[in-house]
Amino acid sequence: MTSWVLFLTVFLACSVEAVEALTIVLAAGTTRHWGSALQGTGAALVALAATVAVLGPAVAQIPLDALRLVVGALLLVFGMQWLRKAVMRGSGYKALHDEAAAYAEEVEAARAAETGGRGRVRDWYAFTLAFKGTFLEGLEVAFIVVTFGNNQRDVPVAVLGAVVAVVLVTAVGFAVRSPLAQVPENTMKFAVGTMLTSFGVFWSTEGAGAHWPGSDTSLLVLVPVVALVAAGYTAVLRHGNTPTSSVAVGSGATVEGSLT
Amino acid sequence: MSSPLTALRGFGRFWYDFVVGDDWRVALGVVVALAAAYGLVKAGINAWWLPPVAVVALLGLSLRRVVRGARRG
Repeated sequence: MTSWVLFLTVFLACSVEAVEALTIVLAAGTTRHWGSALQGTGAALVALAATVAVLGPAVAQIPLDALRLVVGALLLVFGMQWLRKAVMRGSGYKALHDEAAAYAEEVEAARAAETGGRGRVRDWYAFTLAFKGTFLEGLEVAFIVVTFGNNQRDVPVAVLGAVVAVVLVTAVGFAVRSPLAQVPENTMKFAVGTMLTSFGVFWSTEGAGAHWPGSDTSLLVLVPVVALVAAGYTAVLRHGNTPTSSVAVGSGATVEGSLT
Repeated sequence: MSSPLTALRGFGRFWYDFVVGDDWRVALGVVVALAAAYGLVKAGINAWWLPPVAVVALLGLSLRRVVRGARRG
């Protein structure tokens, strides 16, 4: 895998999560108290950095085959979750993620919550909302950064991809002062799901002791094949789910609370 | 009184959602497929083809459950 592919995979995954975290932080800041929301975001970023700092060296100590088996299996499960939801959204079985609607929900909840501060935090609700949003959305990215970086023995490039995505999304979000509803989130999730699934299956198979024909170059076949399979499933499901069908977007509410 | 238990449950639930996700059968299928690939490799068969086939099948089965659930409900 080239550094560019590593960078792009982490960048896309981090951008998707950053958009979702930004929606929550904006809701906490605009309706409650910007200072407390930013304190919460900062505390979450410090906690995430500490997680990467602890996990990174610990993961690096694991023998490569065991690392590829365990981490590959986890990435594979993650990737299939992302792909499954992207296919469901693409075929109409789950509503497209609507950042504007998510923002409106968070705003309503924030307005209804009690006021009050603790210590240096003036608004505890805004602090915890921003902290949870940033930390939970960032945890999966932290895992991707650590595992992709260690597997490729190139943690700095993975960290760079994450940092560029966070800075870019944050800058655009604060420039427009509204949730980034125009981001093609499902397309990005489809791409990230394809990459996580492809690398997950590649690494876990190697970790199980099997050898791919053509070694690393088999990824050049694996990635497009996974994308085609997922696109094929989307087309088949969309074909059977017409706009007038009673099942359109019917099962969308079953996966609330998920990190993807 | 029950807050430590509630917190423990919440912690467990978070990690379950984080690692296993929405469809536990997919996670179980991945583990079984990799264990089978490991077993075949130990038996002298280079089973690189098994995990990709399992991925296609598991994703398809998971999506079929979504469609069936939607049609039922």
